[in-house]
This record gives sequence, structure tokens and C-alpha cells, in this order.
Amino acid sequence: MRRPGLFYCNGETAMETLLSVKDLKIDFDQGKRFVRALHGVNLDVAKGEVLGVVGESGCGKSITWLAALGLLGNRARISGSVRLDGEEIAGMNETDLSRLRGGRIAMIFQDPSSSLNPVHRIGRQINEALKLHRGLTGAAADAESARLLDRVGIANATRRLREYPHEMSGGMNQRIMIAMALAGEPELLIADEPTTALDATIQAQILDLLTELRRDTGMALVLISHDLGVVADMSDRVAVMYGGRVIEEADTGSLFDNPAHPYTKGLIAALPDIDGPRRRLESIPGTVPAPDQLPPGCSFAPRCAIASKICDAAMPGFLPFGESANHFAACVKCREEAPFGEAAPGEAVKPGLVPA
Amino acid sequence: MSELLKVRDLKRHYEVHVPQGLFGRKASLKAVDGVSFSIEKGKTLGLVGESGCGKSTTAKLVLGLIPATAGSVEFAGTPVTAKHDARWRALRRRMQMIYQDPLGALDRRLPVVTQIGEPFEIHNPEMSRVERTERASGLMNAVGLRPDQAMRYPHELSGGQRQRVVIARALALEPDLLVCDEPVSALDVSIQAQVLNLLDDLRERTGFAALFISHDLKVVRQMSDRVAVMYLGRIVEAGLPEDVFLRPQHPYTKALVSAIPTPARRGKRERIVLEGDPPSPVDVPPGCAFHTRCPIAQPSCRNTVPQLVSSGGHAVACHLVNDGAATAVQAAE
Repeated sequence: MRRPGLFYCNGETAMETLLSVKDLKIDFDQGKRFVRALHGVNLDVAKGEVLGVVGESGCGKSITWLAALGLLGNRARISGSVRLDGEEIAGMNETDLSRLRGGRIAMIFQDPSSSLNPVHRIGRQINEALKLHRGLTGAAADAESARLLDRVGIANATRRLREYPHEMSGGMNQRIMIAMALAGEPELLIADEPTTALDATIQAQILDLLTELRRDTGMALVLISHDLGVVADMSDRVAVMYGGRVIEEADTGSLFDNPAHPYTKGLIAALPDIDGPRRRLESIPGTVPAPDQLPPGCSFAPRCAIASKICDAAMPGFLPFGESANHFAACVKCREEAPFGEAAPGEAVKPGLVPA
Repeated sequence: MSELLKVRDLKRHYEVHVPQGLFGRKASLKAVDGVSFSIEKGKTLGLVGESGCGKSTTAKLVLGLIPATAGSVEFAGTPVTAKHDARWRALRRRMQMIYQDPLGALDRRLPVVTQIGEPFEIHNPEMSRVERTERASGLMNAVGLRPDQAMRYPHELSGGQRQRVVIARALALEPDLLVCDEPVSALDVSIQAQVLNLLDDLRERTGFAALFISHDLKVVRQMSDRVAVMYLGRIVEAGLPEDVFLRPQHPYTKALVSAIPTPARRGKRERIVLEGDPPSPVDVPPGCAFHTRCPIAQPSCRNTVPQLVSSGGHAVACHLVNDGAATAVQAAE
């Protein structure tokens, strides 16, 4: 039996929840009206876990975490709850939030060269983070910066600290971003497409670095990516997003071996493979609907091969699927085909979730 | 099979200033440094490599958009030069291209049907306006665009639909060769599959040959009859996709192939992680350009540039592979 407040990884051990996002909704001010971009997202990240978040552009995978950290600005209206170790951080005042950001929760982005300040030396930028979050200044900060650069695999650290971002390659700059993120000794690192702008061999280096750092520091990682391969490789658990909702969530093995939602199945089938025989790709017809033009029922129904009338009626509930304990999917039809996973009344939904 | 496109020892060097002293120092950036390949009629050659390896420069050289420093490009027996005269324009009718960013390739102030019909206006001015629109509508249908989208402007279409417009326009004159430079890199996974399938279908129907350039090995394998892997301006390995990607020989290809994460490979990681970044094309290392990152480099790799040696249609430019193969061939003889 599942206990609220805890969730289970690999069906066995109960892991303590670090960050818990509940019913997060975001509306963007379009001048005359509000457009809803996120329709109630529920996600938990356990201590030390890697949660992969996949989806195509516009599905809300990035804004979920930007909203959680209060980074969306004035034009976004946010409702719902975001708890870090039980403490509510949604709607927290700016002073407390900025202590948290870069401290307990760090974030790295796709394009490192635009996240770094081009007119300051690397050393100064890392020292700034160290001063803000750990109170280090002067020689102590310099020494710690050098140690951090060394930690992320940059040779010749003391010399590199005196260089500017433009003197480094994209992979190097991403390492520096990771070093800055580590400066606050975070418990959670949110990595938004950390390797998308990098070449394949550099991507491999950065993914290895992230894995190694996680093993050593025990921090949790939220890996946001459009690349199913990267997510499959790195994550313990995966959430698939579509049209501002999480439509499937499962342990990585379960999700890729036994996908439930037709959208997840479609994404996997649409991906060309590097091993095995060549096959014709199965594409998903149509395009992602605009956030203000979502259909009334399941937002994937217009593109879905197995959709029927029932799918247009209402957004399906996020219910257990299959034999795996942590597998949930928001699809009415997938259960008709699957032999398992009939939700018994009363037992059903994921803790903290209100069925739609 | 007749060779449609023949590229021999193609080079493109740029004179650049690298910061050093007050005025900098003159240096030569070797974007493409001796590339040879050929494409048969109706076949697709895939070109892969990381950023800065010279794959896009190769595309521009093939089309005659920029002059080559050395080497030759021959299209259907006619040399392609960067002299934009009547002969070049006649050739360009038969060679078309698709780029990564469709919005940059389209005119924002013209409805898409006009843009698709524009090649007829340029290369076949006597065609009547009615016929032009008719042909353009036919092309829209062929690439899966709806008739009601004809009068739309590029900004009113999605990324995938814009790329379809670009493809329709490129195919308007029924070219023999289509140069595709990262055609699906800006698209989402589900749309990427749509566009790749579309290109595949159109190729089957109209029989164009293609030079397909991408950094994504999975996409290149999906589309190509033959593939070539580039590193710092040179081809390091070439052959059938099955040979190159499933049985890679060159240490760079091996690392590149093993670095691709896929859902099927999850858990069984045997990733070869290369040290460091690719060197700058301004300072290409002497000898084998890859020796600075190569896990199995020998002292001899620093001296001689390895040549692309073919055995059974699978060509590799690596001393360690080729010397071994040469010994094997000698032993067999």
C-alpha cells in the first residue's frame, strides 16, 4: 500500500521526497486574456534521484521548474504548491528565494555562453556565487574556485580562472556553469537541456561528469531534455510531458520497455536508431496544439491513432498502469489494451493527486 | 552506375588573423582539407561530424557558392565553379538545397504558394501564372501541405510545415541533386520523423540524389546509402552505414558511435569518452589530426597524415587500422 508523502523507487525502498510540486498551474498574461501554459503538474523528486523530464518544445517542461524557482517574472500567474523538504517555496519572498536559488537548488541551462557574463573573468563569476552562498571571500574563495574547476575536469584551474568565457569552448563553458552550480553545494541540480548545444563527444563528457558528481555529492538531478536517449541513459525515473501536463511517469526501465501512453509510444517509434536493422520511422501525425487551442478532452486525442469519443469528453485521470509500482499514465485507451493495471476503486491515484 | 557528382581533393582554406602581438598573426584556417567523394545517380551520401569539421563548407563548395582553394567538383560531367555565369545558373537548376532554418530561407512577406512557384518564374519565365500556381499547388500536395495553407505567410506555419515549404520549393524544378544541410535539426522528434519520411518518399518517387549533412548519426544512418565521417576538414571513415556505424574502424568513429545515447542502449554503457575538445581548424595537429584525442595513438601518428584506404568499399584513414589491414592483405597474397 502506498503511503502519502513517501514514494517508492524500484518498488522496494521508500525514498524521502526532496522537492514536491503539487498541482502547479501557470497562466501567462497575453494583454487581454490569460493563456494557461501548465495545467496542474504533479512531480516529486527524491533525495539523490535523477528525474528525467521529456517532451517537445512548448510542452511546459522548462517553465515547470522556472516557475518552481520563481524565475518566470510578472506576466506569469502561478498557482499550486512547491515544497522543498516540506517547506513551501511557491510565493516565497524574493530575498529568501534568492538564497535558495544557487544554494540548495541550482540550475544550469542549454546555452552556457549566454548564461555567463562575457565581460567578467571566470574566477570573479564563481567567486560571486561562493560569496553569496558560502560567505567565502579573498584567497579562500580563489582556492575554492580552483578546486571547483578542478572538480569539473578543467585542467590548469588557476590560469583558467583569469580567462573570459569567450576564450573557452562550449563544453568548457558548460563545465564552468556546472562548477558555479556546485559552488552553493546544492541538494538539487536542475539541468535544462544541458548538452543540447554540444557536440556528441562533448555531450558524452558532460553526461559522465554529471553522473560522477551526483555519485560523489549525492545531489538529486532533474534532467530536462527533448532527447529520449539522454534521458534514458541518465534517469532513474522519467516524466513525459505534453500540452502542459505530465501524461506518463514511470521508472526508466518500465517506461521504455512498456510505454503506456500513445504519445510516449509515438516518441519512441519516431526516433531513428543507431543499432539494429533500419526501419521506416513511425511519425506522429499533426503538430502540437497551441496552448490556447487545446482540445476539450485529452490534449493528445487529435493526433492519437487509438482515440475514440471518450477521449474528447474529459482529460483522463493520471492512473497506475501495468505491473510496475511507479508507472502512471493519463490515458483511457491504453488500459483497454493492457492486460494489467486495472485501478481498483479506492486504491487508485497517486498520492496528492486530484483526478481530473 | 554513373557518377552524378564527383568531388576530388577539395580544399577550402581561409586566411584569418589569430590574436598574437599587436596586429595578430596571419594563419590559415583549413575548413576543408582534401575531401574526395562521389555520389551516384539517385543515391544518398550522408556526411557526419561535429561542429567545425567542415561539413557545411563542403556543401557550399559542392554547390559552387564559394570558390574552392584547390580541388574540383564535377556535376554530371560539368565542372562546378564559383563563377556565377549562365552555365552555373543552368547547373543550379539541377542542384538544390535545404538548410536548417526554414524561416531564414523563406521570404516573410510572400505567401508560401508564391515562393514555391518562384523557381518556375526564374527558370521558366514563359510559364503562365495559372500554370505556375497549379504546379505549386501540386507540390504543396506532394509534401503534405493543405490547399488552404497556400496563401499563408511563413510566420503562420509551424516549423515542420515551413520545412515542407522549403522542400517543395527545392523540388519544384525536379533537381538531380539535393544538398540537405541539417534539414531536421531544428525540429521536434515527432516532426523530424515526418520530414525524414517525406524526404524518403519523395526520393523514391522522383529519384533525386542527395548529399545529406547532419551532426546526428541516427538521422544520417536512416537516410543514407553511404556515409562519410569528417574530422577537422578530412574524411576519416566512409562506407555503407551498416559498416561504418555497426563496425566502425577508426578510433574517432568508434567514440562517436559509442557516445550516442539511445533508449535501446540504456544500461549497457560502453561509452568511449574522448578527452578534450576538437583542436581549432587554425592549428590542425601535424600528422593524423585526431592523434591529440586518440586513445590508441602511437608516436608515428604525429608525423604522417594517414590516407583514406579502402578495402571492400569501407575506407578508413588511420595508420593503426590500415597498417594492420595492409599486412593482412600481404599475408593473403
